[in-house]
Amino acid sequence: MTTQGLFTLPQGVVTVSYIIATILFILALGGLSNQETARRGNWYGIAGMTIALIATIFGKVSQNYDLLIVALLIGGSIGLLAARRVQMTQMPELVAILHSLVGAAAVAVGFANFMDPEAHFAGVELTIHDIETYIGVLIGAVTFSGSVIAFGKLSGRITGNPMLLPARHWLNLLLLIGAIYYGYAFVQESAAGGGLNPLIIMTVIALLFGIHMVMAIGGADMPVVVSMLNSYSGWAASATGFMLNNDLLIVTGALVGSSGAILSYIMCRAMNRNFLAVIAGGFGTGGGAAAKSGGEDQGEVAPIEPLETAELLSNAKEVMIIPGYGMAVAQAQHTVFEITRTLREKGVNVRFGIHPVAGRMPGHMNVLLAEAKVPYDIVFEMDEVNEDFPDVDVSVVIGANDIVNPSALTDPDSPIAGMPVLECWKGRVSIVLKRSMATGYAGVQNPLFFLDNTRMLFGDAKATLDEVLKDL
Amino acid sequence: MKIGVPRELHADEQRVATTPDVAAQLIKLGFSVAVESGAGTRANFSDKAYEEAGCEIVTQTADLWEQSDIIMKVRAPEDGEAGRLRSGKTLISFLWPGQNPDLLDKLTASGATVMAMDSVPRISRAQKMDALSSMANIAGYRAVVEASQHFGRFFTGQITAAGKVPPAKVLVIGAGVAGLAAIGAAKSMGAIVRSFDTRPEVKEQVESMDAEFLMLDFKDDEDGSGEGGYAKVMSKEFIEAEMALFAEQAKDVDIIITTALIPGKPAPRLITAEMVESMKDGSVIVDLAAEQGGNCELTEPGTVAVKQGVSIIGYTDLPSRLAAQSSQLYATNLRHLLTDLTPEKDGNIVVDFEDEVIRGTTVCKEGEKTWPPPAPKLSAAPAKPEPAPAPVPREPRKPSVMGPVIGMVIAGIALLSLGAVAPPSFMAHFTVFVLACFVGYMVIWNVTPALHTPLMSVTNAISSIIVIGALLQLSSPDKVIMWIAAVTVGVTAINISGGFAVTRRMLEMFRK
Repeated sequence: MTTQGLFTLPQGVVTVSYIIATILFILALGGLSNQETARRGNWYGIAGMTIALIATIFGKVSQNYDLLIVALLIGGSIGLLAARRVQMTQMPELVAILHSLVGAAAVAVGFANFMDPEAHFAGVELTIHDIETYIGVLIGAVTFSGSVIAFGKLSGRITGNPMLLPARHWLNLLLLIGAIYYGYAFVQESAAGGGLNPLIIMTVIALLFGIHMVMAIGGADMPVVVSMLNSYSGWAASATGFMLNNDLLIVTGALVGSSGAILSYIMCRAMNRNFLAVIAGGFGTGGGAAAKSGGEDQGEVAPIEPLETAELLSNAKEVMIIPGYGMAVAQAQHTVFEITRTLREKGVNVRFGIHPVAGRMPGHMNVLLAEAKVPYDIVFEMDEVNEDFPDVDVSVVIGANDIVNPSALTDPDSPIAGMPVLECWKGRVSIVLKRSMATGYAGVQNPLFFLDNTRMLFGDAKATLDEVLKDL
Repeated sequence: MKIGVPRELHADEQRVATTPDVAAQLIKLGFSVAVESGAGTRANFSDKAYEEAGCEIVTQTADLWEQSDIIMKVRAPEDGEAGRLRSGKTLISFLWPGQNPDLLDKLTASGATVMAMDSVPRISRAQKMDALSSMANIAGYRAVVEASQHFGRFFTGQITAAGKVPPAKVLVIGAGVAGLAAIGAAKSMGAIVRSFDTRPEVKEQVESMDAEFLMLDFKDDEDGSGEGGYAKVMSKEFIEAEMALFAEQAKDVDIIITTALIPGKPAPRLITAEMVESMKDGSVIVDLAAEQGGNCELTEPGTVAVKQGVSIIGYTDLPSRLAAQSSQLYATNLRHLLTDLTPEKDGNIVVDFEDEVIRGTTVCKEGEKTWPPPAPKLSAAPAKPEPAPAPVPREPRKPSVMGPVIGMVIAGIALLSLGAVAPPSFMAHFTVFVLACFVGYMVIWNVTPALHTPLMSVTNAISSIIVIGALLQLSSPDKVIMWIAAVTVGVTAINISGGFAVTRRMLEMFRK
C-alpha cells in the first residue's frame, strides 16, 4: 500500500499553483456574467481545479498513490455518469445531492484532522484550531443532512409540505445551545488530550438540526434553501481551510459561500420575504388572511379551449410566456419551444418572462428553456419585461400561480403582499394553464383567474400545449 | 328539447337569434334546433348554411312554434306571436318588461316561462350573456360609421399636395359600452376624440383608448355612478356646468355622439337647439338615445333630420344595421345562457331560481309573474368597491437606522477582541478570508440571473476544493485516517467531475 512519490514539488511552486488556481476560480465565476463567456468560465474552473489537484498530489502527498488514483477514478466516473444521465428537470435534486457530498467531505476531513496524531498545537493556537475544526464539522454536518433532505423533497421522496413540529423554534434554540455547550466541552477536553465524544455528539446535533431545518421548509421556498446550502458548502470549505492553514481552501470557500449567500438574498427579495422567516419555515400557516381571500366569492372563471388558444396566439403580435414549476413537472418545455418557433415563423414576437423564484432553484426555468433550445435572447428577467405588459396581446402562464398574483400588489393583508410579480393582467389577454383551480404554494387564491381578460386552459400542460401546437 | 328560431316579424329587424355556427354548438349541448325558413336571410345566413350546421328548416311559422320547446327571438313577440306561446314552452328574447307591462301580463297568462335578455343581471359572472352590452358595442361602432356617412370630410388629418386636411373632432358623451366602442372606432379612423361622462371612474378607460377625457370644473366631487354601473340623475348645479361645457364644445367639434341613458328614465336632454345652431354646417350628431326620447332636443327617432345644416341621426336600430355581427354576438349570448340552463348538457333546461343570473333573467315562470326580480346581491368586482379603508400601502418596514449601526459595532468589537487574542498566523488567514468574501460579493453580483443554476453547479464543483484536505491526510501513517481520506477523495471526486460536467452540459444548451 505504500508507494513512494516519484518526485516532490518545492513548497513555493505549490503555493504559486494555489494562487493561480484561486485566480482561475474567480475568473470562472466572473465568466458567468453572460452566456457568451460562461463556457470559457467553466473551463477556467476546470483548469483551476486541475492545477490545484496536481500541485497538491505532487507537492504534498507522499504515499498511497494507488489508493488516491483508484478513489479519484471511481468518484470521477460516478460524477461524469450522473452528470450525463440527469434530466434537466432533475437539476435541483442533483445540485442538492452534490452539496451534501461537500458537507460529508467537510465532516470527514474535520474528524480525520482531529484524530491526526501529528498535530502539534498548544495554548491559544490549540483553542483556535479546535474551534476551527469544530465549526468546520458543524457546518459540514448541517450541509450534509440538510442537502440530503432537500434532495428528498425535490425528488419527491419526501413530501414537499413543510413539516412543522410543535415548538420548533424552541427545538432549534435547544439544538443551538447544545452545539455551543459541546463546543465548550470539546475545547476543554481537547486541551486535555481527549474530546472525541463532544465532537461526535455535536455532529449528531448538527445533523438533526439540518434535517429539522429543511423539513420545515415548503416546496416553493426551495430556491432559497438550495442556494443557502450552496453557501454553507462554501463556508464549510472555508472553515476547513482555516483548520488546515490552507489559503486556497479559505479563498475558494469564501467565494462559494458569498455566492450562495447572494443567491439566497436575491431569492428572498424576489419573494419579499425575510431570510430568517424562510429558514424558520412554515409559510402560509399565518392563517387569517389566507383563509379570508380564499373563502371570498371571486366570481367565475372563463375557460378556453386549445383551439381558441391557438387562434388567439396566431392573431397576436406580442406574446409573453410565463413559465412556472408546473411546466417542469409536465415536461412541457419542448412543446413550448415548438409553439414559440411556429409563432415566430408567423411573425409573432414571442418572449419569455422569468420570475426569479419560478421553479425550485435559482435559474431553473432558464436551464429548462435552454434545454428545449429556446434562444436565450428572447428569455427575459421579470424587471426587463414587467413594463412591457400593456403592449402584450397574449400572456401564457404555464403552471405558475403566486408569481402572477395581483393581490401581492393590491392586498396588503395577503401573505404574499409586496412580493414583486409579473403583471400579466395589464396585457390584453392572459391564458392560464392549470390542472385545477387549486391554490398555489402560498395557499392564496389568485384574483388573476377571475379577471375579465383571463382565460383558463385546464388540463395537463403538456397535453393541452400539444393540442394548441396541432391547431396552430 | 327542441329550440325554435322564428323569422323576426318587425319590419326593420334584420337580426336573427342564432347563427349556423352557434346552432352547431347548441346541438352539441344536446338540443335539436329548428329554424324558420328565411330567418337568417337578412343577416346573410342562408337556409342552406343552417342545414349544414345540422338544423331543421321549417317553412310554416305555426309549425315551428308548435314543435319547439324553447323559442329564441331577438325582438319581443308581436301580438300574433305572443298568442302562439303555450304552457310548458320557454321564450327567450328581448322583452323590456318595464316598458311593456301589458305584454308581460299576456305572456304570463299563457303559462309559459319567459326569459328577458334585457333583464340579465349586471354582475361579472353574467357578462358573457349580457346582450345589452354586446348590442351597445355594435351600436357605438355603427354610430361612427353612420356619422362618417353623413359627414362630408375625412376623419383623419392629412397633408396632401392639394392642401392640408384637418382631422375631424368627435365628442362622445357617455363613456359606457357604446361610448367606448364609438371612441375606439372614431379613434381608429383617425379623428381627435374627446369624451365626457358623469362617472369619474371611467376617465381611465377613456384615456386608455387614447381619447381625451373632459373634466368638469365643478367644486363638489359629485359622482354620477349609480347602481349596476349605470349613471344616475345629477344635481342641478352639476347639470348647468355640464351644459356649459357642451355648449362650448359644440362650437368646436364636428361630430357629437351621445349615448347618455339613465335606467328607467327618459334620456337626459344634453344638446339643446341653440347648441345645434352653434355647430358648424355639415356637422353630424348621432343620438344613440333616440329611442328613449333622445339626448338632443331636435332628434327625430328613426330618421336622419337635417336642422340648421347639422345632420341629426336618430336611428333606433343601429345593431340591426350590422345584422350579421349583432346576430352572431346575440346568438353567443343566448348560447351562454342556455349552457348555464343545461347543467347536465343533455339538452334539457332547468330553470334554477337559486342561480342569481337565471332568477334575474326570468320574468315569468309557468304562469307566475317573477318580475321585477329581487335586488341582485353585489358580487365580486362590483361597479363600486366599498369606501372601505383606502388602500393605504402598508408602510414598508423601515429599516431602522440603529439596526445596522448596532450590528456593525458588535461585529467590530467581536473582530477587535478576536484580533486581541488570536495569533498572527490566524489573522493572516482571516485577512485572506475577508478579502475573498468581498471579491466573491463583487463577482457574483455581475452574474446574469439566467445563469444562476450553472453558477450553483460550478460553485458546487469548486467547493470540492476541500479535496485538498483529504489529499493531505491521505499520506497519514494512521490507517483509519488514511481510509477516511480515501473515501473523502472519492466522494469529492464525484462532486468535481459531476459539477463541472453538468455545468458544461447546461452551458452548451444556452444558445442564441
